[in-house]
Amino acid sequence: MASVQVFLEVLIVGLLSGVMYSLVALGFVLIYKASSVFNFAQGAMVFFAALTFVGFIELGAPFWLSLALTVGTMILLGMATEKFVLRPLVNQHEITLLMATIGLTFVIEGLAQLVWGVDVRRIDLGIKDVPIDWVADNTGMLISQLDLFAALIAGTLVAVLAVLFSRTKVGRALRAVADDHAAALSVGIPLQRIWGIVWAVAGVVALVAGMLWGARSGVQFALVFVALKALPVLIIGGFTSIPGVIVAGLIVGAAEKLAEFYVGPMVGGGTETWFPYVLAILFLLVRPEGLFGEKIIRRV
Amino acid sequence: MFASKAFKRVIAGLVVGSALVAGTSLPREAAAQAKPEQYFGIPSFRVGPFAAAGTGFFGGIIDYLNYVNATGGVNGVQMVFQECETEYVPARGIECYQRLLKRGNQQMHIFEPLSTPIAYGVLNRVDDDRVILTQFGYGRSDAADGRVFPWVFATMTSYWSGASAMINWIASREGGFGNLKGKTITHLYLDNAYGREPLPVFRALSKKFGFTLQEIPVAVPGIEQQSQWLQIRQSKPDWVILWGFGAGMNSTALTSAARINFPRDRMLGIWWAGSEEDVIPAGDAAKGYFAVANVPPGRQYRLIQEIEKTIYGAGRGNLQDPKRIGTIHWNRGVVAGMFWVEAVRNAQNRFGKGQVMTGDQIRWGFENINLTPARMKELGIEGMMPVMRLTCEDHEGAGVIKVIQWDGTRWVTVTPDWVSSDRKMIRTMVEESTARYAAEQKITLRDCAKEK
Repeated sequence: MASVQVFLEVLIVGLLSGVMYSLVALGFVLIYKASSVFNFAQGAMVFFAALTFVGFIELGAPFWLSLALTVGTMILLGMATEKFVLRPLVNQHEITLLMATIGLTFVIEGLAQLVWGVDVRRIDLGIKDVPIDWVADNTGMLISQLDLFAALIAGTLVAVLAVLFSRTKVGRALRAVADDHAAALSVGIPLQRIWGIVWAVAGVVALVAGMLWGARSGVQFALVFVALKALPVLIIGGFTSIPGVIVAGLIVGAAEKLAEFYVGPMVGGGTETWFPYVLAILFLLVRPEGLFGEKIIRRV
Repeated sequence: MFASKAFKRVIAGLVVGSALVAGTSLPREAAAQAKPEQYFGIPSFRVGPFAAAGTGFFGGIIDYLNYVNATGGVNGVQMVFQECETEYVPARGIECYQRLLKRGNQQMHIFEPLSTPIAYGVLNRVDDDRVILTQFGYGRSDAADGRVFPWVFATMTSYWSGASAMINWIASREGGFGNLKGKTITHLYLDNAYGREPLPVFRALSKKFGFTLQEIPVAVPGIEQQSQWLQIRQSKPDWVILWGFGAGMNSTALTSAARINFPRDRMLGIWWAGSEEDVIPAGDAAKGYFAVANVPPGRQYRLIQEIEKTIYGAGRGNLQDPKRIGTIHWNRGVVAGMFWVEAVRNAQNRFGKGQVMTGDQIRWGFENINLTPARMKELGIEGMMPVMRLTCEDHEGAGVIKVIQWDGTRWVTVTPDWVSSDRKMIRTMVEESTARYAAEQKITLRDCAKEK
């Protein structure tokens, strides 16, 4: 293969991987925007959602019914989280809420395995993880159908969420809550309901991410680790920006794949685990709030 | 006054309650005394990323122990056990070791964590505690040398032997060792101690036979491999050896191979990358993939059928899903349990039938395991195991593998006979390594001749 073609292929594969990271990071952003909580349990939610979906399919439910039932389950999980975990902690310090989500992680992981078992499952979305023939024939590059499909899904999801949060009443309320909980409450915005909605939407985003990751790697416990991939994306994109996570996901995906391909063999490989974090630290030094994050100015 | 009355009632209740508890527990203790018990600690992992391997393997061990008990125990001695969840995490594994070490007045004599990191974590303790650390198909390969590692058993086939046997089989597919010259073999491995363990053997064999060895690590947990497979696409190797663990890495390797149209029948996985759980999530992408097995799958063996009838027939099976009977991980667990019991039986034959054995006695039992064709027939495991013998010097025994291929629905054995490793070369490497280790640790080698 010509070197330019190789570079382009690695770049495209990286960008498409980045979209998958963005999908996971999106769940974090939604919750952080609404409640200033870094939801440590997002990875566990991805795992739980995917496992629940294949669980319903195994029980004999058709694809769309399983999807609907899982969406319902994730909404219930989100609302239960708001009621039993967040509501008692209103006005507590952010670190308390973070600790609560760490606890929630173990509860969700345990619950998922208790209910659905620990067997590794296959998920069939009807899209094969094989190269697109037309692209291969005309460019010589091997681009996966599933990756392209995932990118389209992620793009659609972002567009829908962007409309939801900028054009609807719920979206405006969410932005108000994100700015100041107390002020939002004082003007009559139902904080609990907004939190419930956001956790439910984050649950649905986790389901989409879980289905796409599950189609690539099987539905299994390792899905909880995809959250680690989202962290540098959040740092670079900013914790409060939906477009930010998309752009940052693309940057992280492309950079880590190029680094692994070109630098990896020179340093014994394994750069993918640490390189995105190096990138994130560099961004932190230049733009601590991330590319699209809100610049926080505090009076001291 | 009221407080005093309430206090008296509580005390009276406690006394009556204690008496009742004591009364009900007495017959059980008496029964336990009537039937001697050999205690085993089982550091299993039933949750987490490697749970599929853990539930199968430890389920196999437990089913075998229950089967032995159901058929009279070992000369009347019942095999009892206690589990501890490690989650495959080294710190928890070491904690489990400590917790399982004693149960009342019973002592754990065998520790099988199914984890190289946990095995490394307890390696320096087993000598003092007189606990046998069994590593059934994993861990330090040089632990095959019983003179330096008296309490460690890298039983049946170590990673070094596995690596050598894999190259032997690849050579046979290529038409002989001479045809390996100029070929490229990629070692795609999980980037930890497990994945790096076979490197000395692959490097030595690469020099010996003239093939190019491409080493590509994959970061834990291994669900991101696109860059690695693009490297493979560019280097166009003749074979890819997959040294992964966990369905995450293994199924991802197979789907990633499909993405670049790398033929799956040019991929050969180590036994931890060759279970049903590794290939099923990959779907059609796994079809044609080869793997090696230290214990082959299937229900055709008499022992497996008897366990199914005796234990699962009575509704006492350990597997949540009985369909997993005969799968790779479960069969491997059954054989691992068989080794434990065989060691106890040997020890009883030497030191006293019907008695509970000590760590030293069970170790003797291990070092005198002799699986002849006749003995395997008695055990109902013909074809499931190679003919093998453990000794004071050799804690490995066999050093052989079978090659299996996934046909899309099940594993098919493609080598009716066991494929051997280069035993001479591997033993030389083992002894070189243990000589260095013994010098570093100031260990005096056991004189096995004196212990016979």
